[in-house]
Amino acid sequence: MQRRVVFDGKVLPYLLVAPQLLVTIVFFFWPAGQAVYQSFLLQDAFGLRQNFVWFDNFRVVLTDPLYRGAAARTLFFTLAVTVLSMAPALLLAVMADKRIRGVTAYKTLLIWPYAVAPAVAAVLWLFIFHPSIGVLGQAVRKLGVAWDYKLNGPQAMFLVVLAASWKQVSYNFLFFLAGLQSIQKPVIEAAAIDGAGPARRFWSIIFPLLSPTTFFLLVVNIVYAFFETFGTIHALTQGGPGKATETLIYKVYVDGVINLDLGGSSAQSVILMIIVITLTAVQFRYVERRVHY
Amino acid sequence: MPQTKKSWWWIALALVLVGAATLGHHAQPARAQSPRVSVEFWHGLAMPLGGILEKIATDFNESQTQYQVHATFKGSYPETMVAAIAAFRAGNAPHIVQMFEVGTATMMSARGAIKPVHELMRESGVAFDPAAYLPSVAGYYSLPDGRMMAMPFNSSTTIMFYNKDAFKKAGLDPNKPPQTWADLRAAAQKIRAANATACGFTTAWPTWAQFEQFSAIHNVPLATKANGLGGLDTELKINSPLHVRHVQTLMDMQKEGSFKYGGRDAAADALFPSGECAIIHASSGLRARIAREAKFEWGAAMLPYYPGTPDAPKNSIIGGAAFWVMTSPTRKPEEYKAVAEFFRFISRPEVVAKWHTDTGFLPVTFAGYERVKASGFYQQNPGTDIPFLQMTRTAPTENSKGLRLGNMPEIRSIIQEELEKAFQGQQSAQQALDNAVQRGNTVLRNFERANRS
Repeated sequence: MQRRVVFDGKVLPYLLVAPQLLVTIVFFFWPAGQAVYQSFLLQDAFGLRQNFVWFDNFRVVLTDPLYRGAAARTLFFTLAVTVLSMAPALLLAVMADKRIRGVTAYKTLLIWPYAVAPAVAAVLWLFIFHPSIGVLGQAVRKLGVAWDYKLNGPQAMFLVVLAASWKQVSYNFLFFLAGLQSIQKPVIEAAAIDGAGPARRFWSIIFPLLSPTTFFLLVVNIVYAFFETFGTIHALTQGGPGKATETLIYKVYVDGVINLDLGGSSAQSVILMIIVITLTAVQFRYVERRVHY
Repeated sequence: MPQTKKSWWWIALALVLVGAATLGHHAQPARAQSPRVSVEFWHGLAMPLGGILEKIATDFNESQTQYQVHATFKGSYPETMVAAIAAFRAGNAPHIVQMFEVGTATMMSARGAIKPVHELMRESGVAFDPAAYLPSVAGYYSLPDGRMMAMPFNSSTTIMFYNKDAFKKAGLDPNKPPQTWADLRAAAQKIRAANATACGFTTAWPTWAQFEQFSAIHNVPLATKANGLGGLDTELKINSPLHVRHVQTLMDMQKEGSFKYGGRDAAADALFPSGECAIIHASSGLRARIAREAKFEWGAAMLPYYPGTPDAPKNSIIGGAAFWVMTSPTRKPEEYKAVAEFFRFISRPEVVAKWHTDTGFLPVTFAGYERVKASGFYQQNPGTDIPFLQMTRTAPTENSKGLRLGNMPEIRSIIQEELEKAFQGQQSAQQALDNAVQRGNTVLRNFERANRS
């Protein structure tokens, strides 16, 4: 039997949620509404002339082969960043969870990259990989590899994936570590007594028990790769060379801010919004059921 | 009654806060109370150029007592443009905004958002003669009938800088910079063969230098309708045989190692002063940086051309930025008058001359140029008059007057993207330029659609 707490009165509950609601309205619903409205308009940059064009902007965007290219690229990028930021984080967390000397120092150091702003992180990578001023870039060129991410699409993609993942490893590490520490030690010890080796213990006990954390991180990382990698890409490649690193979110920026096509850019952000809402809904509805809690 | 006492405290506190806020308001407005008319001026020049520009505004404020110009740095050119547009949409645009040359078409189509300079000067009764400005500068910012829409200020053009030490090392005459593309390629090959520098030739602003300037110098159209000056229904013409030949040359040079693609926009600038590339095509405004950073002897020269083309070499065109006057619902006539007076000030020969010699940007008026020439500056600093001479060597033709293409920043990116694909070996020169024309025309049609009145 569940006991429900019911508040008296009508005003207090609304007052209590009001601050959060206000924040959501001002920073989400209002701009999102603006984007939806803009996506139906054809406008010049200054907003002096505008026409209501129904779904014209969406038609143009969705039939644009460049947009589809960006969508495919974004899928690849998201997949790569998610895998590359979660797998090492899990490995590091498992290692740091052991009783070793100086573990606090390791943990602290591993968390540091998260405090670095995306653009700063990207500039650090630039100083490592830049073909003419980067330490590693120069070294690789001396070895005879034609390393020049400014002119080589796959190399540029590799670099932005690396820079975007590196930053996220710390965040994932933190959650994995917390997840690991919340697993009851007697369960693992019992398995050890029954003769299960470290690998067996990990895959049969720890990994399933960690799945709520893993699932949560999966969602967070996908959203991160989709939306929060703008700064990294902007500082490293600006979407180039060609369009090799232009993801959907970067294209929204380019079309809206640089090319001043507000209607097309809004249509793209509405599409992005729909994608993410669907993605999250599907994941929570279906995937979460299979997660072992 | 403790309850009441407490509320009294709150009221007292509130009163103190309100009082403080009001005082704060009153403490500032030496500005608001003075009779001076205030002018907001947003610019997009980082240091050190921004400081030199703000000094001009300060000089203007000190030269009289009626007007006060507040110069504010708003980020890079594109960022300044976006800030001004957003401010206009919110109803409080700055009086003056500095806009880069590729924003010209966007600004001109924004009737209602801008106050044309010819109109501003006439209404304010400030003497103004468009003929005082270099034709290629004035033409860029004028309607086809000659009415000037914006105030020219920091105009530059593309020129060639070369490393004299590297030339000597490669056995080339350091006082004979290459004049044709064949010369340039041969020089770059020799430099690489002698390993005088790590790279022979590079170009900053790939679209501006290798397409916009290139087309003007060779008197071939970049786009129909006189490069867009004649109307919005313009189409790109950059897949002509000469353009294809040029891109092919660059691709061949890249393959043989005598040309290095240094990135979009101004990214390649760094390759010359660092000594990595021996020859660069860059903005004449790069001179200040080279003078400061280069640890070798260098020279400046005009851009090369293909000798077989009948009309080459013609004058080059400008880049850089101009000042636009913006409207707002609350603008008063005396504010426009203040802007006009400021424009008169910045067009004075001594101001133009000082800006030119301090920065490497062009002198935008003839009087400014004559003043610098008379001062002996060009004798003391050889090569500093190259941009001016290159810009004025012939009378501008339909193809070398300038260009006015809607959403030009996007078109520049498109050309750079297609070039990058060609340099990666993903497509031929012809394919790259056909794609650029096709994609660019889509942009032009969208602009035409959005700006049809």
